[in-house]
Amino acid sequence: MTMTQTKTKSPAPDERVAKRSPFQKLLGRPEVGALVGAIVLFIFFAAVSPTFTQPSALATILYGSSTIGIMAVGVSLLMIGGEFDLSTGVAVISSALTASMFSWYFSTNVWVGVLLALVVSLGIGYINGWILMKTKLPSFIVTLATFLMLTGLNLGLTRLIGGSVSSPSISNMDGFASARAVFASSVSIGGVDVKITVFIWIALVAVATWVLMRTRVGNWIFAVGGDENAARAVGVPVKATKIGLFMGVGFCGWILGMHNLFAFDTVQSGEGVGNEFLYIIAAVIGGCLLTGGYGSAIGGAIGAFIFGMANKGIVYAQWNPDWFKFFLGLMLLLATIVNLIVKRRAELK
Amino acid sequence: MKANEIDQQTLLQNEKDPLTHTPVHLLSLEGVGKHYGNIIALSDVTMAVDNGRVTCVLGDNGAGKSTLIKIIAGLHQHDAGVMNIMGEERKFSSPRDALDAGIATVYQDLAVVPLMPIWRNFFLGSELTSGFGPFKSMDVEKMKEITLKELAEMGIDLRDVEQPIGQLSGGERQCVAIARAVYFGAKVLILDEPTAALGVKQSGVVLRYILQARDRGLGVIFITHNPHHAFPVGDRFLLLKRGKSIGYYDKKDITLDELTAQMAGGAELAELAHELEQLGGHGDVVKEVQGEVAEVAQTTGKTY
Repeated sequence: MTMTQTKTKSPAPDERVAKRSPFQKLLGRPEVGALVGAIVLFIFFAAVSPTFTQPSALATILYGSSTIGIMAVGVSLLMIGGEFDLSTGVAVISSALTASMFSWYFSTNVWVGVLLALVVSLGIGYINGWILMKTKLPSFIVTLATFLMLTGLNLGLTRLIGGSVSSPSISNMDGFASARAVFASSVSIGGVDVKITVFIWIALVAVATWVLMRTRVGNWIFAVGGDENAARAVGVPVKATKIGLFMGVGFCGWILGMHNLFAFDTVQSGEGVGNEFLYIIAAVIGGCLLTGGYGSAIGGAIGAFIFGMANKGIVYAQWNPDWFKFFLGLMLLLATIVNLIVKRRAELK
Repeated sequence: MKANEIDQQTLLQNEKDPLTHTPVHLLSLEGVGKHYGNIIALSDVTMAVDNGRVTCVLGDNGAGKSTLIKIIAGLHQHDAGVMNIMGEERKFSSPRDALDAGIATVYQDLAVVPLMPIWRNFFLGSELTSGFGPFKSMDVEKMKEITLKELAEMGIDLRDVEQPIGQLSGGERQCVAIARAVYFGAKVLILDEPTAALGVKQSGVVLRYILQARDRGLGVIFITHNPHHAFPVGDRFLLLKRGKSIGYYDKKDITLDELTAQMAGGAELAELAHELEQLGGHGDVVKEVQGEVAEVAQTTGKTY
């Protein structure tokens, strides 16, 4: 018996499985639900409001999308890695406050503050990830705690150092002009001013997509989100991957924080609360599973674009912006249902 | 080298490695034991694993099978006896240690990440890369190609290595894990109850892959509680009960019936029949158990 069984010829292709057409393959992508949603929404607003498709309006929409989208890149990767971060909204403000308060208090070149803010942002991410891996608590609890602590620190330290709820103006300090050129300038394309954040956003999405699809780290991100134990068993550095993802979110937060600071010259210390949900929503609409292991950076970008369109489209259509949250909620619900179906299809035969 | 070219009987008699023809085993345990605090989980276990041979470890729940694998896979350390790898005494401090020594373990539950494509799972943790420094990227095409080829050699014919591995059947998933271990240079393959959660047909598929791995010259340790799965593929059988070895046989020294009888434990069955009788009201069941006791007694030549 033993010898005859090993000599069986390889079985014929399974007749129960039909060949998938390229179209069906496309339908299997994580971001396809969001893409369809984005197209429908675009056509809808274009039909309702003639100003919506004007180049200047599009530039405004893209700018709005980019301020969500930059964060959504990091948050999407983190979510694919199986965790999520509630501290992102206030961490952005913490980063901006660090840069502004440090350079103001010590009268340094603002670039010193900018670099310190980068260290702080990465540090917040590292601490989040480290506590998570050490304690094995859910990321919801850990980052909720970070969120509360940062909210308090932002307000407390700003008042303690500057004596006000907003950071002092740094517009006349050394390096402000060059930092503004990097983080908050505009580029004119065909007579339309496009904010630099749009390009940073696109670049980040491209890098994140490359990392996810074409590098070992990308493979590890999918693995730690999909099944942490299986990943550990085959030698994936689970701890380093997850901490790295939190630091990636920190990096995105730093970029957005610097934009917020240099687009104006002061920062309100109480801002940012609630924004973390926008980033998570963008990632979820874009097809990232809340449970991890599935999603894409492009999906997160499309999610952010949907957010930007809905946000500005309602204004261009001259509706009451009160309706915006309703649309957002509906989009979120529809997107999660689509994701659920996708996941079930992927898991079941 | 194919195992069927080796004269199994004579070599097993002399307990020599069939490929190297030396008295050194690929892996051997002598009097290995392990205790957790005051609980003795395993004591005095002796067994050998050779190239192109399947060593089956049989035992019921709590027999010490898991402890035995964990020692060999580097998750725990033994505190009595000797473990030799290629004649050299070793004690693994981590699973990585064991992997580096060529010992790969395929666990039934944590083999793969279901949502990831097959090729990504295949190379997970050991991805092929090209390029330098920060621009190092995965060699996707090559990885897909190798996955397809390796799985085909194990007899798994796939249309598409891009499909999530969760879409494969339980048996096929085990096989991907086995193929992965084989490809990444495992010398010893430990299979932890690979057929436990599978149906009859799927189990057959997995057993066939065990033989494939053996024919490729690997030493296989096949953990199971099913003698019907162990007997057709095994060359040696180690029977564990309550942390102790109750028998270690070459295939030529034992039949399937004897193996089953040893596993079933004639004494336990007799005791069960007795207990049921005392409780009363289980006439049919008592008769059935007594019948089995008689059967076991017949095959083992003992009386209970």
